[in-house]
Amino acid sequence: MGLDDLYQQIILDHYRNPRHRGHLDDPGMSVDHQNPLCGDQVHLDVTIRDGRIVELAHAGDGCSISQASASMMSEAAHGKSIEDAHRAIDNVLALIHGEAPADEDLLGDAVALEGVAKYPARVRCALLGWMALRDALPAPSHAEKGAGVGQQ
Amino acid sequence: MTHAAGIEVATLRADFPILNREGGRRLVYLDSAATSQKPWPVLGAMENYYRETNANVHRGVYELAAEATERFEAARDRVAAFVGTRREGLVFTKNATEALNLIAWAWGMRNLAPGDVVVTTEMEHHSNIVPWQIVAEMTGARVLFIPVDGDGQLDLQWLSVTLRTEPVRVVSVTHVSNVLGTINPVAEIARSAHSYGALVVVDGAQSVPHMPVSLAELGCDALVFTGHKMLGPTGIGVLAATPELLDGMEPFLGGGEMISDVSTDGSTWADLPWKFEAGTPPIAEAVGLGAAVDYLTMIGMAQVREHERDLTAYMMEALAEVDGLTILGPEDADLRGCPVSFAIPDVHPHDVAQLVDREGVCVRAGHHCAKPLMRTLGVTATTRASTHVYNGRDDVDALVAALQRARNFMAG
Repeated sequence: MGLDDLYQQIILDHYRNPRHRGHLDDPGMSVDHQNPLCGDQVHLDVTIRDGRIVELAHAGDGCSISQASASMMSEAAHGKSIEDAHRAIDNVLALIHGEAPADEDLLGDAVALEGVAKYPARVRCALLGWMALRDALPAPSHAEKGAGVGQQ
Repeated sequence: MTHAAGIEVATLRADFPILNREGGRRLVYLDSAATSQKPWPVLGAMENYYRETNANVHRGVYELAAEATERFEAARDRVAAFVGTRREGLVFTKNATEALNLIAWAWGMRNLAPGDVVVTTEMEHHSNIVPWQIVAEMTGARVLFIPVDGDGQLDLQWLSVTLRTEPVRVVSVTHVSNVLGTINPVAEIARSAHSYGALVVVDGAQSVPHMPVSLAELGCDALVFTGHKMLGPTGIGVLAATPELLDGMEPFLGGGEMISDVSTDGSTWADLPWKFEAGTPPIAEAVGLGAAVDYLTMIGMAQVREHERDLTAYMMEALAEVDGLTILGPEDADLRGCPVSFAIPDVHPHDVAQLVDREGVCVRAGHHCAKPLMRTLGVTATTRASTHVYNGRDDVDALVAALQRARNFMAG
């Protein structure tokens, strides 16, 4: 099947059994992202404590790629420092654009997003959750000071 | 393959080079509501124009320029006749969107006052919503939307109450919904709206390419459509309007071609329809659209409609065989144009379109530039299949088989 690169089993598994799906009761930060081209939506709740992502949850509606990617993003980001989360986002961006290999320690299951590089129409689907995370996080330069920016 | 309407799909298909392209799979093109494919007479007319008669129109005194002008204006006459009007009422634009913007700006900016109401519908393409919102913002007018019911029909009761109780100045409505496929009763809407003195604009982007449409028979003031959905090229659209409406409007875009005289004190405008065609027009595109109209006329628009009605009925029956699939819009193919939108449980439209593409089937997935309708329907996206004269039952069969496999794939 020619689409195996895109629809890898691990991606379909995250789509059918999403991790960190839902809402947080009292999130430090919430963001909504949508893809204006297709209407896919991701809602992301994040709580940061001592410069680390201690809790996050995603909700939304969209295709298997956007929703599986949000699930893989949540799993990868959970427990990470803000600096490492930004490094993971940068790595996903480079990976999906075919510019750099995946760093499995940073990305976990999200290494499977490599196949998206061959399908330009799906790049925005795959990035939706990651762009939401980037919006929810303090900029990396502020990360050293702790979780001050945009938090409770 | 012959249909009741007498259209020989296999014969017509031979006229469309892209459907016979070398290499790869047979193309099952079911996205004609987005853009249609082009037959060789259209491609040939455009190439021939550039090879044999290219010059700017309405300018040169040399013979070549006269030939170019003649071909351009002859195309206008044929397109005008195609929608039951005359050249004075046939303005070439870039596309249907520009034609709607032309009306909204040139008419709306000078005729809408604070509190006035523009009525459109929940099932519009963004191109019939956003220009009115922009002009309403600047004039203080309000935009109200005719609701869509569960069967994909407009709530005409709402319209009659609104016409009675609000200062409605414009009713701008789509003839055929690009998502639901609904054919709206625009002649009836035009009669009601006119009895309250409102201007009536019809978006014919999804009707003019597929069925006989006449400005006079619809009884509307303006009808817009686009070339590329009716076997013609991109880059050319049409505003067909009554000369009374056009006469009363000031120009939309200013520049060359649209003037009678220009001095440092001011300018006067060219006659209709050129008053609304600033700058060098899309000449080869007009020639191509003229050829497309000839091609459709050769088949006969009543035959085109009959063929597509039969095919839509067949498609709706065949789609119903896919487990859990639901079709949006009217159940009766008599009440529908070509677009057929549907949903499959647990398979997102994006995934549907991607998975059927591997079998050479082209369908559209997304919000179809109709986000207000998507909200009404409670979905973020649908999958849409839409046909034209070159589609036959084999295309529908290929779609349904691919959908079954897509469904099984995602179910795991």
